[in-house]
Amino acid sequence: MRLTPEQVERYSRQIMIPDVGGGGQIRLRQASVLVVGAGGLGSPAAFYLAAAGIGRLGIVDGDAVDLSNLQRQILHTTADRGRRKVESARSRLLELNAEVDVEVHAVRLTEENAAELMEPYDFIIDGSDNFDTKFLVNDIAVSLGKPYSHAGIVRLQGQTMTVVPPESACYRCLFEEPPAPGEVLGCQQAGILGAVAGTIGSIQATEAVKYVVGLEDHLLVNRLLTYDAKTMEIRNVPVPPNPRCKACGAGAPASQRSHA
Amino acid sequence: MSVRVRVPTPLRKFTQGSDEVDVNGDTVLAMLEDLEQKHPGIKERIMDESGKVRRFVNVYVNGDDIRFLQNVDTALKDGDSISIVPAIAGGL
Repeated sequence: MRLTPEQVERYSRQIMIPDVGGGGQIRLRQASVLVVGAGGLGSPAAFYLAAAGIGRLGIVDGDAVDLSNLQRQILHTTADRGRRKVESARSRLLELNAEVDVEVHAVRLTEENAAELMEPYDFIIDGSDNFDTKFLVNDIAVSLGKPYSHAGIVRLQGQTMTVVPPESACYRCLFEEPPAPGEVLGCQQAGILGAVAGTIGSIQATEAVKYVVGLEDHLLVNRLLTYDAKTMEIRNVPVPPNPRCKACGAGAPASQRSHA
Repeated sequence: MSVRVRVPTPLRKFTQGSDEVDVNGDTVLAMLEDLEQKHPGIKERIMDESGKVRRFVNVYVNGDDIRFLQNVDTALKDGDSISIVPAIAGGL
């Protein structure tokens, strides 16, 4: 595969980076990423991946655009109100870069469809807004051996980690079970600053690009990055693989065990 | 034993907004009890009724997860640094 002169120009500012180069650009072109949720995290993540020239970009979201989304979900505009988020996302991503093969799935990720939706992609970005989906993405990614980026955001805080099964710690190595519904507030109840979602979603896109271009030894694995925008503190909390983890350790089905 | 606890944003309402507080205790459990004495209401956000650390909250002693040490019985020494990290749900 070769890059056309127009592609070389479009992507020149990242091809110049020694860690990317022409080879990295071709790998991006040949790679596929699935973004779960076209919301506060998924919008910036998908936007940057389309801009970077990812070959195939899947978007999963069953919701429609609401006025209260627009303060942070930058894939959608005022005129998109009431439209399916995946449709508005597709329009915006293709306006930015028509070379990207955008695949939309206008459904909610569930236990029934998760493996089928995630399997055809090289990397998954979890931009979901609830613990059930976050644990589901983790467990399916571990069972499929699929690398993915986890993130959570609320108010002025975010946290994110990358999971590369079977080597790295997974989200369940960090937190064993989801809290009971209502025990921890989500964005809908507690609020979120749009730019904080943008910061964390951009880190997720960065991790996907790094994985694809060959920087897989430098990913945000075995640690959780925590970001507090109020104090502007960014920390890395170590997350060792848990040998008893129910998703990837001794507590998991035999075929999924990697840290037992 | 005097140790310093780094308080995550959602729990700072119990510490009058402080992001770090100094408490005493020779184990994690004793430290949490002293933390509760000084900042009532904070302990039940970290531990459940049965005395276990909640599953969506992690406690670190000098960067090490207490689940891989002796959990709440983990011994503390003067000057140890404790971090509390809760899970965050949002995304859309």
